[in-house]
Amino acid sequence: MVTQPTTLSLKNAVVRRRGKQILGPIDLNFPAKGFSIVLGPNGAGKTTLLKILHGVERLSEGSLTLSAPDKEVRQKQAYVFQTPIMLRRSVRQNLAYPLELIGTPKPVIAEKVTDWAHRIGLQDAMDRPAPRLSGGEKQKLALARALIREPNVLFLDEPCASLDGKSTREIEALLLNAHSAGTRIIMTTHDLGQGRRLASDVVFLLNGKVHDSGPAVEFFSGPRTSAAKAFLNGDIVE
Amino acid sequence: MNDIWAGIEAAFWLIVTLDGDLIDITLRSLQVSVTALVIASCIALPLGTWLAIRRFRYRRATIATLNALMGLPPVVVGLIVYLLLSRSGPFGVLGLLFTPTAMIIAQVIIITPLIASITHQAMRELWAEYHDLLISLNTTKRQRVATLIWDGRRTLLTASLAGFGRAIGEVGAIMIVGGNIDNATRVLTTAIALETGKGDFALALGLGFVLIALALAVNFAIHALSRTEQEGRW
Repeated sequence: MVTQPTTLSLKNAVVRRRGKQILGPIDLNFPAKGFSIVLGPNGAGKTTLLKILHGVERLSEGSLTLSAPDKEVRQKQAYVFQTPIMLRRSVRQNLAYPLELIGTPKPVIAEKVTDWAHRIGLQDAMDRPAPRLSGGEKQKLALARALIREPNVLFLDEPCASLDGKSTREIEALLLNAHSAGTRIIMTTHDLGQGRRLASDVVFLLNGKVHDSGPAVEFFSGPRTSAAKAFLNGDIVE
Repeated sequence: MNDIWAGIEAAFWLIVTLDGDLIDITLRSLQVSVTALVIASCIALPLGTWLAIRRFRYRRATIATLNALMGLPPVVVGLIVYLLLSRSGPFGVLGLLFTPTAMIIAQVIIITPLIASITHQAMRELWAEYHDLLISLNTTKRQRVATLIWDGRRTLLTASLAGFGRAIGEVGAIMIVGGNIDNATRVLTTAIALETGKGDFALALGLGFVLIALALAVNFAIHALSRTEQEGRW
């Protein structure tokens, strides 16, 4: 399913906006395989980190190194936003859109769209306007639209925030399937339970800096910093 | 009040008897305004969309100029086009003055800024909504413009209809560059001006009612064809 794996490395990465440093300096390596969860309170820099890795936001200092030419890597990445962005089109057209952009033949598009609509349970809503779906349906559609191009790396920015338990479970199932098919996943979340269920490794951010990172088992059983410990205990960390 | 009733009556008989002159003038009005609208839309829709998504040095000044050009006085446009197309002007050799082509050129100049400006406003909002998604999908600039135009087509239709409304009702510029020549460049608005000048208010009003009916019919037809008011359609 997924072709060449991609590694991502940040070195001395700093992001400033209007003179204020909101991220970094940080050094991070994301190997080609894995399910990374970026944890941290609001304003920790999680979304900025994700956007930097995906290349939609620029670094003020430092570097992002990719294992393949930039353009090639970007084509094999996908991003799911916290608030799903729906094209003002039908469910079918939303699913087909990323494939149309890269010139996929129409019969292949039709086949994949039908397959993904079944996987997310929207097979009976194919001609409904996507912006009129419920929150959970929109997020599932956004995830399917991201996965339909079989990305090497999938970035997700709190995809289950404000979703109910059922929708969260369905989205987690889709993510685990994609991960087992070889997609490298990097996801931000507030939800410690979700982190425990999904993560193979964890990055803990606080005030734009990495306060802990490593395999999920080690992080959840014995965090190395007091801030990470407090966060796991449910304390308010600033 | 008598004049209005006489106008309604005149309009009724002109339509019922399929008056040859009326049909000729009406078709010419449509030909000039629809051609101008198509040409102006081909320029203004991509231009307005491009301005919404592209950042460049004099962008604000360009948008401000475009907005200011919406208020171009048609008489001045007509005068400038007249000077350009007159025998001593730079395009005099083309022999376009006092032809429907000259009228189309003047109308294109008048309605392009209007359509481009409304398009820019609509596309700016849509671009704000789509920005992150289209960037994350690694789309090219051409793909972004195409996506915005397609998904914003209903708003763009409104922009085009505003352009059509201005074109079909325009009189100053086309009077100057067309000359209001019978069977050649006479259209509904210039015919109304002529009949008013002659004191034939009933016929002038009759033509006016036909003009209003025509503008409404085109708007209804376009809305019906594009099914803008149907539920559940995109």
